[in-house]
Amino acid sequence: MSDPRLLVTTSPFLKDSASTAWIMWHVSLSLAPVVLVATWFFGGSVPLVILAAIAGAVVPEGIQTILRRNARQPQAPPLRDGSAFLTGLLLALTLPPGIPLWMAFLGGLVSVVLGKTVFGGIGSNVFNPALVGRAFLQAAFPATMTSWLPVAEAGSRAQVPATLFTTPLLAADVDAISAATPLSQATFGQPTPEFADLLFGAVPGSLGETGALVILLAGLYLAVRGIVNWRIPLSILATVWLVGSGLHLLDPAGYPGGMFHLTAGGLMLGAWFMASDPVTSPMTQAGCWVFGALIGVLVVVIRVFGGLPEGVMYAILFANAATPLINRFTQPRTFGTRFKPGFTR
Amino acid sequence: MSGSAARTFKHGVHPGDFKELTRELPVERVPLPAVLTVPLSQHLGAPSVPLVKVGDYVRRGQLIGKAGGYVSANLHAPCSGTVRSVGPAHHPSGKMVESVVIERDAASAQVLLPMDVQDWRGQTAEEIVGTVAEGGFVGLGGAAFPTHVKLTPPEGKHARFLIVNAAECEPYLNSDYRILLEQTEAVIEGIQVLMKALGAEKAFVGTEDNKTDAAEHLRGALPPDLNVEVLVFETKYPQGAEKMLIDAVLHREVPSGRLPIDLHVVVNNVGTVAGVGQMYLTGQPLIERVVTVTGPGIRQPRNLLVPVGTPLEHVIDHCGGMTEDTRQILFGGPMMGQAQRFLDVPVMKGTSGILFLTDREVVERTEYACIKCLRCVDACPVFLNPSRLGALAKARLYEDMLDHHIMDCMECASCSFVCPSNIPLVQRFRVAKGLLKEQAARDREREGAK
Repeated sequence: MSDPRLLVTTSPFLKDSASTAWIMWHVSLSLAPVVLVATWFFGGSVPLVILAAIAGAVVPEGIQTILRRNARQPQAPPLRDGSAFLTGLLLALTLPPGIPLWMAFLGGLVSVVLGKTVFGGIGSNVFNPALVGRAFLQAAFPATMTSWLPVAEAGSRAQVPATLFTTPLLAADVDAISAATPLSQATFGQPTPEFADLLFGAVPGSLGETGALVILLAGLYLAVRGIVNWRIPLSILATVWLVGSGLHLLDPAGYPGGMFHLTAGGLMLGAWFMASDPVTSPMTQAGCWVFGALIGVLVVVIRVFGGLPEGVMYAILFANAATPLINRFTQPRTFGTRFKPGFTR
Repeated sequence: MSGSAARTFKHGVHPGDFKELTRELPVERVPLPAVLTVPLSQHLGAPSVPLVKVGDYVRRGQLIGKAGGYVSANLHAPCSGTVRSVGPAHHPSGKMVESVVIERDAASAQVLLPMDVQDWRGQTAEEIVGTVAEGGFVGLGGAAFPTHVKLTPPEGKHARFLIVNAAECEPYLNSDYRILLEQTEAVIEGIQVLMKALGAEKAFVGTEDNKTDAAEHLRGALPPDLNVEVLVFETKYPQGAEKMLIDAVLHREVPSGRLPIDLHVVVNNVGTVAGVGQMYLTGQPLIERVVTVTGPGIRQPRNLLVPVGTPLEHVIDHCGGMTEDTRQILFGGPMMGQAQRFLDVPVMKGTSGILFLTDREVVERTEYACIKCLRCVDACPVFLNPSRLGALAKARLYEDMLDHHIMDCMECASCSFVCPSNIPLVQRFRVAKGLLKEQAARDREREGAK
């Protein structure tokens, strides 16, 4: 009487279409316009830096996948979820366009190994892996990480700066051309660029951080598709604007305005693509608002009062560290019980 | 009259609808099969006690099993014929269950042996509850909880509101929808009977906004002097869960660990209400029910009136057979239904639908790590943290799950539905809850032995 074709499993027998791998690849794909804009402004070095960073990020997970190929694993192999590719891509977008390729590769490697694998792989990491990689590069190569290429001239887009092809351990004999970013101009009291240039990205900066508008559009698309939790970027951007504008009102000459803060530096990329990383952000909607506000305040504080021109990376890493704590005091109230403020176990 | 789609409960999920396969198909009667298998256990509570033995001739509608306790239900013969066996048989739960097997009398006209039913207008509340118990009624929404128990509030508690559950939030299913449209008279009769039994001052009928036409139809048929409000809620799963429906109707949460009666509410499925109404109109006990037979794996999806005890294969034959690529047959809907292994399992009182899924619909089971995306937290209608509970369950820290309110989980499967990493959350919760209940029972025993 039993039909051998019949498969007996337990409910539910319907699944939402979004899978972890689909989410990761979809976020990567949505960054394509950002990559195109970066290539337009900074020329041929952009695709090379991106490829180097992705290669660095994928290698350790590739090795893990090969090592585990014969093991009976209930879980999918690490490479398949697409998260290493995304980490490499996001890291590359935070790097200066003229960075030597070996550094980008090393950054990708550190992102995944120190940012993710040591914690137990995807889902277990505390800090955003791409930002761990960037923090490492910033600490190890501070000069390179703050040398910015000027925006490419129309005729020079195909040229690749010679700095890209330097080798490790040998002193670079190439003179890097350097330009000041809008935030460093603001920090050191120089005149800042036009708002339109900030919006479209025609200013010196990291690869994928300058085009505020295109990043905003990519982020909005992901929010509409339900992939990015819009509460996090909204909370960050609103807080940055409020705190930035407030300071500007107190002393218009001393502090840049709220709109400048929103469009300058890595804020858009950080808010939409880094802080919104589900693994390292809170697990409750209330927590996401708190998390975003914390990042927003830290960004402005570091930018305005700190020694560094940019604070998005450290703000997000700090907030990542606070995530478990935020989770503990924002746990949902069980249906049919009274709200009890305070920490849960 | 509130037709606003905004009214609903918080959280929940939006699975596809898939109701169009059988939405417009009127209910047809399935011809009686040659042999029917009536399980003695097809409700929550104690199994029924058989009143017949092998060789007995039974008439359609005759009592063949007596409630085996207070929380139990009577059983009636779904056809006239001869008892062939009383013993273990395949059961939709996957277990072997004591069942009465009846061979249909091919010569009989299958005329109903009606129950001796008084006019409910002249009955007291207790007498109505007695008649409902006599008729073997259980919740037809799926859980199959004996109706007479629901109609008897515990000492010191009383009902003010009757809520008729016609939400039918499970995708694919249309039995409640067809009942609203086609058994309107029985539904209204049943509402009046149950309101009298409970002493309720008002009744609500709750449905979803994919059934607005049925709601309109019922409103048009209601007698003006009857205090009944038909409410249409957003189509969202699990709108038909008792606590969610009460929240949507009354904006009140049933306290954790308590029952709807603590809010002076009793909820009954619309099929149950129609069945009770039908009993008072015709004297027919619960011996058949409306079943949606649907899904891509069945050649002719249909809404059928199926006698309790009809084997699955008989229903399949009546619906033109299965397609070649059918991989799963479910009793119930896709969110909470049960997969079947055997084709001789019978349709029961609680079988609201039979769903045939093909290779294409079988869900992916490769598990990824939890990425803490909070989709499950945002989906859980009782506001638990399924991700956290899932991690505890995987580590077998079942006692710790109690601190995170695992016993409030109603196993609606919304968490597993949304999980992008395919983590079997609700599946692990079922195991954990089962073990915790066993543990609690053992603890009670030990306490008693002292």
